[in-house]
Amino acid sequence: MRVTRRSFARTAAAGLWTGWAGAAPVQRARVVIARDPKTVNLAGLLDRAMQAYFGTDNAVEAWRRVVKPGEAVGLKVNCLAGKGGSTSVPLVELICERLQQAGIRQEKIIIWDRLSEDLESAGFRPAKSTGRIQFLGNDVLGYESELSVYGSAGSRLAKTLTQLCDAVINLPVLKDHGIVGVTMALKNMFGAIHNPNKYHPNAGDPYVADVNMLPEIRSKVRLTICDALRAQYEGGPTYMPQWTWPYNGLLVSQDPVALDTVGWQILERKRAEMGLKPLREVGREPKYIATAADPNHRLGVNDPKRIERVEV
Amino acid sequence: MAAGDAQFTAEARYYEKLPNRKIKCVLCPRECVIDDRERGYCGTRENRGGKYYTLVHSRVCTAHVDPIEKKPFFHFLPGSRSFSLATAGCNVNCKMCQNWEISQVRPEQIPSLYMPPPQVAALAQRNQCASIAYTYSEPVVFFEFMADAAVAARAAGVKNVVVTGGYIKPDPLKELCQKVDAIKVDLKAFSEKFYQEVVNGELRPVLDALVMIRKLGVWCEIVYLVIPTLNDSDAEFRGLAKWIRANLGLDVPVHFSRFHPEYLLKNLPVTPAATLERAKAACDAEGLRYVYVGNVPGHPAEKTLCPKCRKVVVDREGYWVKAVNLNRGRCRNCQQPVAGVWS
Repeated sequence: MRVTRRSFARTAAAGLWTGWAGAAPVQRARVVIARDPKTVNLAGLLDRAMQAYFGTDNAVEAWRRVVKPGEAVGLKVNCLAGKGGSTSVPLVELICERLQQAGIRQEKIIIWDRLSEDLESAGFRPAKSTGRIQFLGNDVLGYESELSVYGSAGSRLAKTLTQLCDAVINLPVLKDHGIVGVTMALKNMFGAIHNPNKYHPNAGDPYVADVNMLPEIRSKVRLTICDALRAQYEGGPTYMPQWTWPYNGLLVSQDPVALDTVGWQILERKRAEMGLKPLREVGREPKYIATAADPNHRLGVNDPKRIERVEV
Repeated sequence: MAAGDAQFTAEARYYEKLPNRKIKCVLCPRECVIDDRERGYCGTRENRGGKYYTLVHSRVCTAHVDPIEKKPFFHFLPGSRSFSLATAGCNVNCKMCQNWEISQVRPEQIPSLYMPPPQVAALAQRNQCASIAYTYSEPVVFFEFMADAAVAARAAGVKNVVVTGGYIKPDPLKELCQKVDAIKVDLKAFSEKFYQEVVNGELRPVLDALVMIRKLGVWCEIVYLVIPTLNDSDAEFRGLAKWIRANLGLDVPVHFSRFHPEYLLKNLPVTPAATLERAKAACDAEGLRYVYVGNVPGHPAEKTLCPKCRKVVVDREGYWVKAVNLNRGRCRNCQQPVAGVWS
């Protein structure tokens, strides 16, 4: 379902986004896609996306619906691809600014990913003094000694997640993945575990869904903002500039499955436009997205008919 | 990779370069295709700009002096000591892994020592070890280090033994067989279903590896960890016994070991001794000459019997060898040759 910002605001105001069909509840989801046609005004883009998603005219108010003052907030970026293919530094800086305006103290903001060197190679610089935003690779604090288990997943979780963060904002990049098809909200959580290399067979299915079921992940991730300023439709997760294009957008949702479904559609459309075969035909259909929505997982909605795409 | 890890880095020996800085690893049958800055399933090998590197050369995360019986090898220098070492990593992910804390982690996630091949050989000698055992995790994933250490050990008069799941491609296995003296293969079941669901691997390549090891004349023993309800049916035992007889011969020792709940398989009980005896009986019925019951200290089937006169030729209890009644590989009582490496 495609709606405009105006029609979304009307419907949101009427409180119809989570409805009922007969006696059974019908789970619905919405994904806001904010885009600038040519030149990106990042602050405007982010604020517009957040305001549209949370149905408010005040960007800071939107953030207050995600986090509470006093909380420690982790920003899970995606930095494996280095500069160009990682979560944008200016976007993360802007989110840090909004979080502080919403009452999160600077030292309670933790930008994290698997390795400190990955953060640095993507342009994130560690704070040189205390009382500043923290930059932590999982190599700094390490992993819990006990396994966290769900289905096919048995992993040690990063202490950054388990011990430092009260809430997590997931900040993936909209891009192709050479093994599991696409990598966005769900796949980005591989950066929270010690053994992601074990979970790529069978195009990541059901591993990606199972990892997201681990209680510490499921309970802490509150929002996904997918960096689609420059998206990549082939050759990922390595940064391959020849297969990127300026999408000039952000995708926002609290439903990671819906966000991945919409992101996948965007990538498929671009692949078709560029004469590439659909991911299914090249053996990389991201089946894990459907698994994440199945009755055993219920991580979100993957049925496009039940996802409201709000374009602003 | 962290700059501090440079001493553990060496170019991998078995891989193919692909377009767009990708590589294909051809060390194990998994044949991971790996993007730049990514690692394979084992977590110990990394693509860096289109070249593939092992991150665990000389990167020893654990080392001990063990009795060779602990591997277990029962027909290889009984009563000798083996300098046993491992690096992090494994190319499968067995739900029953007893060493998952080193096998299922990346090398930088656990403390390690820098122990280059000459030092490995020297430490084995200093500790009066007849052999070096590449063991505990999965030596296939530290192939380059193992191969280099084996060469250094041979030059120092120390033998080399490998404890492996046998999930390796033919070319590296051929190279390995030229450099080591014995290989113990953990045959984890005799069904593809088990390998798929419990091991995250495949049975067929392991069987092929066993045949090649025998064909190349390297001493070989098999361990089969018997797990209640998962790989303990009579049909599976019989199928295994027939396959060994037909493809490997009667002289390959087979150890049926008791399972203890570990890692991701904590919901099953320890294996009853009667189940292990049932497995042994299936192999005895096929005429296999050396079939043992393992992880049951004091069990009579820990001893090696002469296949002709049935006298005890190697008397064991647990890892302790009480007596070796062999003379140049022959039974002292009846002079029957007993297969193995005895000196």
